[in-house]
Amino acid sequence: MSYIATLLPAYAEIFLLCMIGVILIADQFVAGQNRTVTYFLTQLTLLGCSLITVSTHVDSIAHLFNGMFVDDLMSDVLKLLTYLAVSMMLVYSRSYLIVRGLFTGEFLGLTLLSMLGMMVMISASNFVVLYIGLEIQALSLYAMVALQRDSAVASEAAMKYFVLGAMASGFLLYGMSMIYGGTGSLDVQTISALIRDGQANTMLLVFGLAFLVAGLAFKLGVAPFHMWVPDVYHGAPTAMTLLIGSAPKLAAFAFVMRILVESLQPLMIHWSGMLVVLAVLSMAVGNITAIAQTNIKRMFAYSTIAHMGFLLVGVLSGTLDGYSGAMFYAVAYVLMTLGGFGMVMLLSREGFEADKIDDYKGLNQRSPWLALMMLILMFSMAGVPPTIGFYAKFSVLSAAVQTGHITLVVIAVLLSLVGAFYYLRIVKLMYFDAPESHEKLTLQPDSALLISINGLAVLLIGILPNALMTVCAASVQQSLLLH
Amino acid sequence: MIFGYPLLSVVIWLPIVFGGLVLATGNDRNAPLARLIALLGALLGLLVALPLYTGFDRMTSAMQFVELKPWITMFNIHYHLGVDGISLLLVLLNCFFTLIVVIAGWQVIEKRVAQYMASFLIMSGLINGVFASLDAVLFYVFWEAMLIPMFIIIGVWGGPNRVYAALKFFLYTLLGSLLMLVALLYLYFKSGSFSILDYYQLPLPMNAQILIFIAFFMAFAVKVPMFPVHTWLPDAHVEAPTGGSVILAAIMLKVGAYGFIRFAMPIAPDASHELSGVMIALSLIAVVYIGLVALTQADMKKLVAYSSISHMGFVTLGLFLFNAYGMEGALLQMISHGFVAGALFLCIGVLYDRVHSRQIVDYGGVANTMPVFAAFFMLFAMANSGLPGTSGFVGEFMVILGAVKVNFWYAFAAATTMVFGAAYTLWMYKRVIFGPVANDHVKHLHDIGGREKLVMLSLAVAVLLVGLYPLPLSEILHASVNDLLVHLARSKI
Repeated sequence: MSYIATLLPAYAEIFLLCMIGVILIADQFVAGQNRTVTYFLTQLTLLGCSLITVSTHVDSIAHLFNGMFVDDLMSDVLKLLTYLAVSMMLVYSRSYLIVRGLFTGEFLGLTLLSMLGMMVMISASNFVVLYIGLEIQALSLYAMVALQRDSAVASEAAMKYFVLGAMASGFLLYGMSMIYGGTGSLDVQTISALIRDGQANTMLLVFGLAFLVAGLAFKLGVAPFHMWVPDVYHGAPTAMTLLIGSAPKLAAFAFVMRILVESLQPLMIHWSGMLVVLAVLSMAVGNITAIAQTNIKRMFAYSTIAHMGFLLVGVLSGTLDGYSGAMFYAVAYVLMTLGGFGMVMLLSREGFEADKIDDYKGLNQRSPWLALMMLILMFSMAGVPPTIGFYAKFSVLSAAVQTGHITLVVIAVLLSLVGAFYYLRIVKLMYFDAPESHEKLTLQPDSALLISINGLAVLLIGILPNALMTVCAASVQQSLLLH
Repeated sequence: MIFGYPLLSVVIWLPIVFGGLVLATGNDRNAPLARLIALLGALLGLLVALPLYTGFDRMTSAMQFVELKPWITMFNIHYHLGVDGISLLLVLLNCFFTLIVVIAGWQVIEKRVAQYMASFLIMSGLINGVFASLDAVLFYVFWEAMLIPMFIIIGVWGGPNRVYAALKFFLYTLLGSLLMLVALLYLYFKSGSFSILDYYQLPLPMNAQILIFIAFFMAFAVKVPMFPVHTWLPDAHVEAPTGGSVILAAIMLKVGAYGFIRFAMPIAPDASHELSGVMIALSLIAVVYIGLVALTQADMKKLVAYSSISHMGFVTLGLFLFNAYGMEGALLQMISHGFVAGALFLCIGVLYDRVHSRQIVDYGGVANTMPVFAAFFMLFAMANSGLPGTSGFVGEFMVILGAVKVNFWYAFAAATTMVFGAAYTLWMYKRVIFGPVANDHVKHLHDIGGREKLVMLSLAVAVLLVGLYPLPLSEILHASVNDLLVHLARSKI
């Protein structure tokens, strides 16, 4: 077998990297005002990646580069969803960015580069590779937030994001070095095996674990490490907010799975307790603070914090059902976030950001269809059936009940009631209030179509969630049965 | 499937599909078309539900018209439908009232007609789903989903304080539902299934039963509504448009009582017995105290709202007496209260459409200008006070009979409603309808037209039929009630 053929599991990453180069170069030559060529080239790249990922899929787990890189069902599913999320994000943000003069070659290049980082995170099976993936992703995102040079808010957001992100990376590295010191290995499988055999110094490991969890919490945006989230979500141009808020959460989920579950599963009694605190704090801080927001991007930021708390409820259950519930939650969250920010961008126009919640007043009278889509998204975020958001909450909560975390579940349920209030407020503004302006909405046909598909998908997967749940369960099962 | 097609699925999904069609007619330029499609949908919805009645086997307490398909295999959740005598009658009541509401809102609703009609049709399908579900998750999905259209109905077409009322309605109900969800998840891990019928056989220790009962209580007591979690109802009723009030009173309150019958009591029978004292006390407080509160109301809708709470107190009282009289009386009272409260809200709606006030003081001497209306209103007011010969009497009388068998003082307290009920209803009736013409508004009233007459007449027939000849209803209930009593008598510890 030739060397090239052995790289099969990483073909998608290699293809993507090549295409990033092609797009950046092509952009110098064929860039028109609207970058039609490079935009479609980017979309084609995403399509190509998904074709490669699907066609190179094998039923077994494949390792590459001395076990540093892994290709399993979970990584394939998460990668496909990442392509989808990035592609949708590009459709939603195209005209938004063109109007603001931000639709540059760098934007496309950085988007794909951050996606490469996510893919590496998803497929990493070694702490150093995980870290490299994380940094590729994070550095690209820092730069993207700062892309709007002349905006003070955006620059401030970028600065905050960078400083706090760098600190989180430091935490992670420190934690990883502790684990390395305790086990003498950076490989996910080896660490797990060594701890299981009782050859490692548990004291040292738990010390490192605390730093790892803190770093993860930073990256996920979980309270009390959430301070950067509202400012970055608010300050960044909405397109960048959408990118930060959507696909990276899939990668972050993979990150949590690889570190906490695949390698540090034997330490579960330690990290599970830490996650309980983080989850409760997140759900409380996120849901309660969101009530006070008047900016919808900030509101979504706090809602993200709360959603991540829910996701952790699935992880901390420490069962297959819990992990697959958390994965389902991540997918549902990404789908809802795409729709939510997509709507913000769809309603914005030149000189108008549509980011105040009052901008949604009377939307039902201006466009009943969009209001209906937003209604579905809001009820889904609130976890009201029949939407995908309900099953997301259902699957993580059922795992938590199964493992006896009844008190935690009751707290989670009560806090989601608090959460329902501010999602309902958006519905109230759209349906019950009179519009503030009667200016005709100018909608981009492609984003309007996509938001319809997005909203209906949230509803339809809510009515028939079986397929997605089965896929999540199968993915998690395959990755973990190795142990 | 006796009819060769999944009858219950049709009953659930047909109104929802029609709701979608109505929505597709778009803005108010197409309002006449929207109304026609809505009428067609509601009429078909009622017609397809009728075979449930004719094809129903009265001899058995087993679930009928059962449909069972896997839905979410990971959690062993099924698309499991079926009706017994209790749910059958509620499904029919719901289909009937959907038609009534569509006709009643024909001219009254002028803005966003399509959305109004669609909300009611979709809600109708969802409520049918609530009554027909035999899988706990399926039930929960319908149960929560039906809040969404009601939230919209109150908030968009409601009165001045509608936003407060809509939010209060939604959040109150959601709180209870979420706790119920925790209980359902717990039951799932005890039994490995979400089938409600499996839960009936599941042995549970006493403390687990008590917790489960409390969780269900939180969900269903809010809906009934029982004292002290009833405060959302007057707000919601006062602010909701007429159609919303009608569905709220006639159907949604029954969903709460139905929940007790389907979930709380048979799943946790020992806890039900243990806590029956509390439940009876709360019911009697509702009957007596809320009856007195109703007496002081100046707003007609509020008065009927409080009267609803008081009458629903009879239902919960009857359920927790654990004898056949009480149980069957409670169920008949549910049906009867649906007709009577629905009719009263429609009567108030008729007045409100003309004068745009719900205050009793703004009326007086309406009989002079609206004699036909006054006659119908009289019948419904009498039924509300429990006059023999009307539907209101049958259920209340049976519950009181059941109460006497348990404790004379229960019956005594419950029977005060015969006095208070008559007092507040007839006093309101007297102030609104009788006496000299009070003001210019009343002077220029015109009597009800053909559409309103049709609605009133069909309700009047229903009220009298149930009052004079309740046998067709009770024979359907009989087997199911006996089965429920058997479940309740068997300890699960």
